[in-house]
Amino acid sequence: MNPRKVWSVAWKELLQSARDPLSLGMLLGVPCMMLLLYGYAINFDVRHIALAVEDNDKSAVSRELIASFVNSTYFDQVADLPAGADLRRLTERRQAKGVLIIPEGAARDLAAGKTVPLQLLLDGVDANTATTVLGYASALIAAANVQEVAAASGRLQLAPIDFQPRVWYNPELKSTRFLIPGLIGFILMLTAVLSTAISVVREKERGTMEQLRVTSLKPGELILGKTLPYLGISLLATVLILVAARFLFGIAVAGSYFQLFAATLVYLIGALGLGLLVSSVADTQAVAFQGGALISMLPAIFLSGFIFPIRSMPRALQIVTYAVPARYFNVVLRGVILKGAGLESYPQDMAFLVVYALVVMGLAYLRLARKEV
Amino acid sequence: MASPALEADHLTKRFGDFVAVDDVSFDVHPGEVFGLLGSNGAGKSTVIRLFCGLLAPTSGSGRVLGIDIAKDPEGVRRRIGYMTQRFSLYDELTVRQNLNFFGGVYGLRGRAKTERLAWAIQMADLGGKEDLVTRSLPGGWKQRLALACSLLHAPRLVFLDEPTGGVDPISRRRFWGLIDSLSGEGVTIIVTTHYLDEAERCDRIALLDTGKLVALGSVAELKEVFAGRAVLEVICPRYLEAQERLEKEDWVHEVSLFGDRLHVVVDDAEEGRRRILALLESDGNTPATAERIVPSLEDVFIHSIEAQGGKA
Repeated sequence: MNPRKVWSVAWKELLQSARDPLSLGMLLGVPCMMLLLYGYAINFDVRHIALAVEDNDKSAVSRELIASFVNSTYFDQVADLPAGADLRRLTERRQAKGVLIIPEGAARDLAAGKTVPLQLLLDGVDANTATTVLGYASALIAAANVQEVAAASGRLQLAPIDFQPRVWYNPELKSTRFLIPGLIGFILMLTAVLSTAISVVREKERGTMEQLRVTSLKPGELILGKTLPYLGISLLATVLILVAARFLFGIAVAGSYFQLFAATLVYLIGALGLGLLVSSVADTQAVAFQGGALISMLPAIFLSGFIFPIRSMPRALQIVTYAVPARYFNVVLRGVILKGAGLESYPQDMAFLVVYALVVMGLAYLRLARKEV
Repeated sequence: MASPALEADHLTKRFGDFVAVDDVSFDVHPGEVFGLLGSNGAGKSTVIRLFCGLLAPTSGSGRVLGIDIAKDPEGVRRRIGYMTQRFSLYDELTVRQNLNFFGGVYGLRGRAKTERLAWAIQMADLGGKEDLVTRSLPGGWKQRLALACSLLHAPRLVFLDEPTGGVDPISRRRFWGLIDSLSGEGVTIIVTTHYLDEAERCDRIALLDTGKLVALGSVAELKEVFAGRAVLEVICPRYLEAQERLEKEDWVHEVSLFGDRLHVVVDDAEEGRRRILALLESDGNTPATAERIVPSLEDVFIHSIEAQGGKA
């Protein structure tokens, strides 16, 4: 292994990237663009739900109840309906996601100590949103009940069981906090695989690979020279993503930066090795691009727990996820970024990432060191 | 004579059922310009790729500068230069960056590297063009840059695989000037080409056809194949009909078609000329000319391939 030869290849690779704004843009620009797109677009938080109200009581009590819905900021009152309004039309035209119906005489019945039936109609087409909205509404009504009981009994009374849930690491339950670590894993996998795969296949297409094979360059020197620049560029992309996450989404790294980059390095070596493997199979840049995108993107999105929880997958798919490095990287990254945990908390996940990197790089070496291509 | 710079000994390469190189044996002397000729698919490039260690021989053996290609392909690669028709350069890099890169990959450094780079720029006549992007260079310049890159480590033997493909005639002539001066410095050159005028510039040539070696020797030696016979060039209106007609005559050794002209090989020039005229006149296909010509290499090749085909 001659470091000068490795450096010659690495420097040439950097010069080529610098001359090719497209590839550099892909390596640095695309990650940030994806972070913006996914960060803002993939948002499971439900707020400002359009709510129509049919208040048949028009009392202080009913007004107070409506105010508690609106003040929660989860609901926006979009319509004040007269009795007997056509509710179906309203929901079909998607003017309101829900309708709150307060019966006539609600205040009177409450004062008399009777139970008042309160109806909430929900548009259940989007099941996720409906479930979330139902949760908000139940919590608001529970709070209202406590107040009513207190008012009726004439003294402040505590509920018999005071349930006080607290959510750690992501107290506001913001989905971006959960998604961004997964997004880093996904973006790095995609760019690392594509950049190495395309850079090697481009040399095959142009015939320069054959020229290199006739020089005394060893396969190990070629692999190192090809991966080091992209490793550096990918780490730079990681810094950009973290900066963007900090300023756009207010997500700071709770744990150690050193450990974060150590884990990222191991993950990237596996990803770059996968890119080399793709390049040893593909003969054209188009095939390398499609194959690389498929093999890196699909598992990193669907089988990594990035968006879809692994435990709710069918058993067979769950088994497949054990071979997806992003699955382990997501666990580690969420731990380091959100919980401030150290790598020692995830020995199995780190061990897998190391094994994956070694196996994939080893296979890539064997493929590229073949006598005949 | 000194030991050969390159030896092929019953060299054979199969790809599945396809025999790309079939039991080929020849030697190349040090400092020689040796041409490998043949049509597309004749096996020229495969022979070169075997000698560069890019392919392993199925059977037989080969030695380059005394090193066995199967046993020490790396040792071979360190000592040879290789240039392909595709001018394997990095298009987006400048002339200097390309030279720098290949110099680095060949392990050059320090003063030795500076000196070789200066030599290469001077040799390829690229002075003042160092900072131009390779993509923008005309074909002839790219060709000389590719040659320079393959010579940076001062190899004693160079393989040039169709080095003049797609390059204008003036650049081709200039390139052959470079080949001659390299050969003058004692560098052995093995070149494939399908241009016959280039083949005439080689010291010796080997003709390959469907993987087999069908002729080997100096240009003059190969032309002696026609010793004692004459080649007549016949131009007549219905040349295809004339070819068929002449092939039936037993006093005609060979008829081959060059565009709209026939080359007819006979024992005696005057006698042959008289007979051809008489025969074609009786068909109303009177030739405009039937003149004796100096056989070209092309005549030799067609003769060699047909003779080989006749034996099989």
